Amino acid sequence: MNIQIRKLYYGDIPEDKTGGAIVSKDTKSDWPLWEVFIRSKQGLDHKHVGSLHAADAQMAIENARDVYTRRMEGVSIWVVESKHITASNPEEAGELYEPAVDKIYRHPTFYDLPDEVNHM
Amino acid sequence: MNNDLINYTLHLADNSLILGQRNSEWCGHGPVLEQDIAITNISLDLIGQARNFYQYAALLRKDGSTEDSLAYLRTEREYKNCLLTEQPNGDWAQTILRQFFFSSYQYLLYQQLQTGEDKQLAAIAEKSLKEATYHLRWSSEWVIRLGDGTEESHDRMLKAADELWRYTGEMFIAADYEKKTGIDIAALKEPWQKRVKEIFNEATLPYPEKIFMQEGGKQGKHTEHLGYILSQLQYMQRAYPGCEW
Amino acid sequence: MSVQELEKIFQVKIDAEIKIEPKDWMPDAYRKTNIRQISQHAHSEIVGMLPEGNWISRAPSLKRKAILLAKVQDEAGHGLYLYSACETLGISREETINDLHSGRAKYSSIFNYPTLTWADIGAIGWLVDGAAIMNQVMLTRTSYGPYARAMVRICKEESFHQRQGFESLLVLSKGTKEQKELCQDAINRWWWPALMMFGPKDTESTNSDQSMKWKIKRKSNDELRQNFVDMIAEQVKILGMKLPDDKLIWNEERRHYDFGEIDWNEFWNVVKGNGPCNKQRLDARKKAWEEGEWVREAATAYAEKRRARSKAA
Repeated sequence: MNIQIRKLYYGDIPEDKTGGAIVSKDTKSDWPLWEVFIRSKQGLDHKHVGSLHAADAQMAIENARDVYTRRMEGVSIWVVESKHITASNPEEAGELYEPAVDKIYRHPTFYDLPDEVNHM
Repeated sequence: MNNDLINYTLHLADNSLILGQRNSEWCGHGPVLEQDIAITNISLDLIGQARNFYQYAALLRKDGSTEDSLAYLRTEREYKNCLLTEQPNGDWAQTILRQFFFSSYQYLLYQQLQTGEDKQLAAIAEKSLKEATYHLRWSSEWVIRLGDGTEESHDRMLKAADELWRYTGEMFIAADYEKKTGIDIAALKEPWQKRVKEIFNEATLPYPEKIFMQEGGKQGKHTEHLGYILSQLQYMQRAYPGCEW
Repeated sequence: MSVQELEKIFQVKIDAEIKIEPKDWMPDAYRKTNIRQISQHAHSEIVGMLPEGNWISRAPSLKRKAILLAKVQDEAGHGLYLYSACETLGISREETINDLHSGRAKYSSIFNYPTLTWADIGAIGWLVDGAAIMNQVMLTRTSYGPYARAMVRICKEESFHQRQGFESLLVLSKGTKEQKELCQDAINRWWWPALMMFGPKDTESTNSDQSMKWKIKRKSNDELRQNFVDMIAEQVKILGMKLPDDKLIWNEERRHYDFGEIDWNEFWNVVKGNGPCNKQRLDARKKAWEEGEWVREAATAYAEKRRARSKAA
């Protein structure tokens, strides 16, 4: 192996070939990817915490329990196979989100009220 | 009675410790990362149970014993775990089936124990029952998955059943120290068999035929495997006696 | 938009500390660098389970056994978070793992050293995890969103790892003569490899540093290494032990510890695969993966059967 010295960091050891250019291989043993959402306590929303692999939904729930709630992080779990998630396109961010920017009257801080009016 | 209670508590502790020790051998070597984590969780649950039982046994003995002296300084002949728990991991099928057979048993046992006369054992059983319930669910699903998976996994399950079935009879034969606990261990056999039949049926696995059952673990007559388990488990305490760690 | 324009917008975002998310446009080299780094990091967690796992069955007390088991399991979890982060860049876990097994992808060389005594477990927690945490804390601010989020989660969980390591050595340092010797011996063997974890010296850099510009990394090797030495040189006093370096001395002017030269021959030798355990570690990973194949296949086959049945019903 011809080692080339350059500026390196932890976990960044030089390689002849990077991990990036790999031929894709499809095998029947590769389990699908699932996204995991956890409710950390009653009354809160489920929040995306990460993903994992599982052969089926039941296993995904159990794996999520073992992987993402080892430290009492949750009271309820949702899993959904990643391929079922439709994401908005970042290139459309302008038309999707920017029209909301100038609607400042939707925010309570837009309205100046006398101090006597408490808690509104 | 007290001696019986101590021995019985040690028996419960040894079961959990030895199976926990066996399962922990998978850590870092599991078939897939998620299951490596799952089997390690089960191992941690079992070691936790063992510690609770040992601590109680130490208390009962009133001789300065600790959880560690009981786990690390008793010999092969003093260990009282069921033979099933000390059987080698083998492949994933064998580990799964060992867990399923044992969790089905532990699940029924802890249910009884939690309503038993001894308050301390009842409390430990109540806490451990939740864990056993999950272990049973997890291992049942895996038995079904492997039994009804591929031809290879089905065959491996058959082989595992052939390997382990002979060690399942012992669980339901009461040792002397078990007889005064108020739990009719023999009565657990029927619901246990029913559960195994159900799961095997769903897993498309034939219910094992009647064969000669091995016994002796509860009385300290083990398979040759236990000596090796203890030689690893106890190595440090034997090599450096009397140290704090 | 041209690639140049896209690259410009990309760099503006990076400079403004806006995180890059999976579907955002990114330069190909940025994607590849991240894939390489995150996967190396993931592999390090997974291979890192082996040297410590080596002592699970022999842990000297039930408490230590439970702690060690929980810790090694955490590392599996960390590997999993990182593989998942890597997958957001369009490479599957299986592909990533294949790269590890073929020797194409690397992992941290530190795990190619053997754990010879129980004290090594403490030394790994204190020194190896200590060094890793320096990098990991920095990486919570890395520019790629999924990587940064995985690191936040990992750092939260890691905080017990270094503490348990130090505490375990502390007990040895207060123990019998043999225990003290175990402790010093472990520190002697792990100190230099831990320093090597930060990589080559900054002055040996010949390339411009794209990773810094892209804020994948945010501190140089030498900076991190110096922080680490400063921290450990103080902590070792509490243990009443010595670091195996005659040149280690506080430099009042620099307000840092000076320390001796790392044996770079050894470093490159281990990177090249000649460490004491390179072969053993990789073989263990390959064995686990290959022997797990029928299990993964069976679960897939069963899931398909069940899907088919529920459709038919």
